[in-house]
Amino acid sequence: MNKIKIGASLAACAVLAAGLTACGGDSESSGGTTSTAAYNAANTSVLNPSDKQGGELRFAMSSDWDSPDPGDTYYAFSWNFSRYYARTLVTFKNAPGAEGQQLVPDLAEDLGKASNNNKTWTYKLREGVKFSDGSEITAQDVKYAVERSNFTDELQGGPKYFAQYLVDNAGGYKGPYKDKAPAGLKSIKTPDKYTIVFNLNTPFAEFDYLAYMPQTAPVPRAKDNGLNYKKNIVSSGPYQIDSYDVGKSMKLSRNPHWDAATDPVRKALPDTISVALNQEQDDIDNKLMSGALDMDLAAGGVGPAAQPKVLGGTQKANSDAASGSALTYMTIDGRVAPFDNIACRRAVQYAIDKVSVQTSLGGPISGGDIASTVLPPTVVGHEEFNKYPSAGNAGDLAKAKEQLTECGKPNGFATKLTYRADRPKEVAAAESIQQSLGKAGIKVDLKGYPSGDYFTKYAGSPAFLKDNGVGMAMMKWAADWPSGFGFLQQILDGRTIKPTGNTNLSSTDLPKINKLFDRSTKEGDADARSKIYAQIDNLSMENADVVPLTYSVQLLYRPANLTNVVVSEFLGGQYDYVNLGLK
Amino acid sequence: MTAPIEVSKGEAEAHPEDVLKGVGTQAIQGRSLGRIAWLRLKRDRAALGGAVVIALLILLAAFGPFFLQDPNAYHQDLIDPTMQRPKDGFLHSGISWEHWFGVEPTTGRDMLSRIVLGARISLIVAFLATLVSVTIGTVLGVVAGYFGGWVDTVISRAMDVFLAFPLLLFAIALVGVVPDDMLGLRGNGLRVGVLVFVIGFFSWPYIGRIVRGQTLSLREREFVDASRSLGAGHGHVLFKELLPNLLAPIIVYTTLLIPTNILFEAALSFLGVGVIPPMPSWGGMLSLAVPTYQNTPFFMIIPGLAIFVTVMAFNLLGDGLRDALDPRAR
Repeated sequence: MNKIKIGASLAACAVLAAGLTACGGDSESSGGTTSTAAYNAANTSVLNPSDKQGGELRFAMSSDWDSPDPGDTYYAFSWNFSRYYARTLVTFKNAPGAEGQQLVPDLAEDLGKASNNNKTWTYKLREGVKFSDGSEITAQDVKYAVERSNFTDELQGGPKYFAQYLVDNAGGYKGPYKDKAPAGLKSIKTPDKYTIVFNLNTPFAEFDYLAYMPQTAPVPRAKDNGLNYKKNIVSSGPYQIDSYDVGKSMKLSRNPHWDAATDPVRKALPDTISVALNQEQDDIDNKLMSGALDMDLAAGGVGPAAQPKVLGGTQKANSDAASGSALTYMTIDGRVAPFDNIACRRAVQYAIDKVSVQTSLGGPISGGDIASTVLPPTVVGHEEFNKYPSAGNAGDLAKAKEQLTECGKPNGFATKLTYRADRPKEVAAAESIQQSLGKAGIKVDLKGYPSGDYFTKYAGSPAFLKDNGVGMAMMKWAADWPSGFGFLQQILDGRTIKPTGNTNLSSTDLPKINKLFDRSTKEGDADARSKIYAQIDNLSMENADVVPLTYSVQLLYRPANLTNVVVSEFLGGQYDYVNLGLK
Repeated sequence: MTAPIEVSKGEAEAHPEDVLKGVGTQAIQGRSLGRIAWLRLKRDRAALGGAVVIALLILLAAFGPFFLQDPNAYHQDLIDPTMQRPKDGFLHSGISWEHWFGVEPTTGRDMLSRIVLGARISLIVAFLATLVSVTIGTVLGVVAGYFGGWVDTVISRAMDVFLAFPLLLFAIALVGVVPDDMLGLRGNGLRVGVLVFVIGFFSWPYIGRIVRGQTLSLREREFVDASRSLGAGHGHVLFKELLPNLLAPIIVYTTLLIPTNILFEAALSFLGVGVIPPMPSWGGMLSLAVPTYQNTPFFMIIPGLAIFVTVMAFNLLGDGLRDALDPRAR
């Protein structure tokens, strides 16, 4: 079995060596390519580069879509997969490492042109791009897609950033289903067939990240039938959806009107693509390993049963421990005594044994790398630093005691920690924190709640935390786009604190941090913005109300017969689906 | 056969008056129903075995934790964090001289002391909840069946309402509402109280229906008529005539309900409504182990065995009791 695989990959290498760059070897250099299957190879290079067309690419997933409609979906895997049939204004680069975090033009000829102090963004569409029904894609179709996905009551699945940032009509725009006036949302202008202009209500330097969302994929107004559009999506990408049986399966075939000349992003290698839905995770993992399946669509990593099989055997070379862009952390509420004293917060920062937490969360592979900053390494703006170091990250009890004394609680104190009780790993992490804080004399009462109500009633309600004296809360957070703003704003900007559904669990409201967020939205230079994010991260750690625990990592499996396999950091550690092919 | 039969003197002499006095010291006594049942039960080895196991479990749960190591102490040096299982021991169980039943896969906590401490929660919740539901169910069931009419209608509809109640949602909501201190209880004591209430108070209709059905058929029997015609009041008929005849189904149902409630506690623990970590319970341990059973089978086998043995013991005892109380039902 193993021999055949090696043989096959060598053969592919020989064929490709003439036409393509390096074959094998340089898995070290970022942005390279390789044909040697090795553990983590697709993290640092495009594995098995190939232009060979044909075959059926088989996906499977343990759940169903929220919706395949590009205007009504919020799962990262769906944003990844939808690029087969939906082209957005810009998209991310098919490349490993930091290069994969860059945006490149897709439906547009170039990235957005900012003017008016980052309040006006203009995109020029490529000419001659066609829908799967043969009609030409115009700026009007993109405008319509944004209107339907952000302003209607029917499509509630996706985020509403456009509604938040675009200038609203006088009296409030109700979306194209209710408001049939041809002008639609007046702040999106289409001066000609190929130009689209967005007028924002506030400066926003990172608008390109919104233009990447599937909500900018064009939708022809005549074919839109609201929630049912997911069953007759008109494709703008290389594949069209032949059938979608909700909860069961999806089949895609080539879109005859797609022209490779207009699309610098996609290779479109397989002839057909199939998706099986609602499969058992163990079954998916076993089929991936036996070759009966090509990819786990959900990209959440292999299940707990398969992980030791993959890591402990010969299959390890066909897997990648992909860094996600999520952070597991614990917040400390500075409004709850004794955490109103910063020294008490710092005592917790020092006392936590992060190795024990990491083991509880699933170990270095599925639990993630030990974290010391709020921004994960795969998010733009990350800088490596550790304000509360301890030997081997196992906690520094001496330092913790020092801080406790400074706080006026030399013998420790009692507090409460809330967490989602139906997430076993989060429970285990909370127990581990209880254990390590206990050694420093900090007695932790565990308060578990169901995840369905966690943000609406418990941890996400600042009043609940304060009234019940819950000083600490478990949290996991990933951003919609991999920049410091997308990651930090919802969890550290004091103006985002909400009475319910709050994600700023520490109720952090520091004028210094808030001002930096405002500065970042006006800053046109990307490097300068990165510096601001790092500064916010620093201030937050100085304030000690966020205890970073782990940066997420998931163990992804890639069958040996796949080509152009690369982990995209943009999507938080998934394989980039768009160029996958078969040997 | 000519051999002379030696007959001792004493035996040869007849003492007709002995029939009246009773032979020797053994006086002839009337045997109560309970005594007959006990004599029958004593001969049933399986049932006695069950009873012994239950008694041992109770003793272990009550006193075991005082003799074992700290069930909440972490031994993460024994764990391979990448593979998420103990480094050593048969089938990665972590079984060793220090840890007879192995250790937990991620925390390294001692399984033996956790199982023994977990028995406390599981048995207390199962016993008390069963007691609550059997008491309510029996009283209301026998009343509904005996009186019939509007009493029966009211109680039966109440049963329907309770059966249709979305219990899990209610339990989740209840835990959010229950304050930290209530009725003098707090922490795990309060949680156990809530568990007993939720499980016991909402499962009484199951036994209530069985008792009601049995009562419906019994109340038409001759001994009930006889008792009534002799002038017995409702109370006497209900609790002296009907109830003893209902004991067999009640006991059997009770022994089946206890294991069901152990599993129910597991489901509630999984939803975060159960006991507060790090306090272990069998159900909680089992539900934690299910997703990783291929990786660390012992983590699931041990609480599974504990529940199996307990359920088996109760069922054997229940079977034996039923046979002893009502041999015709055999």
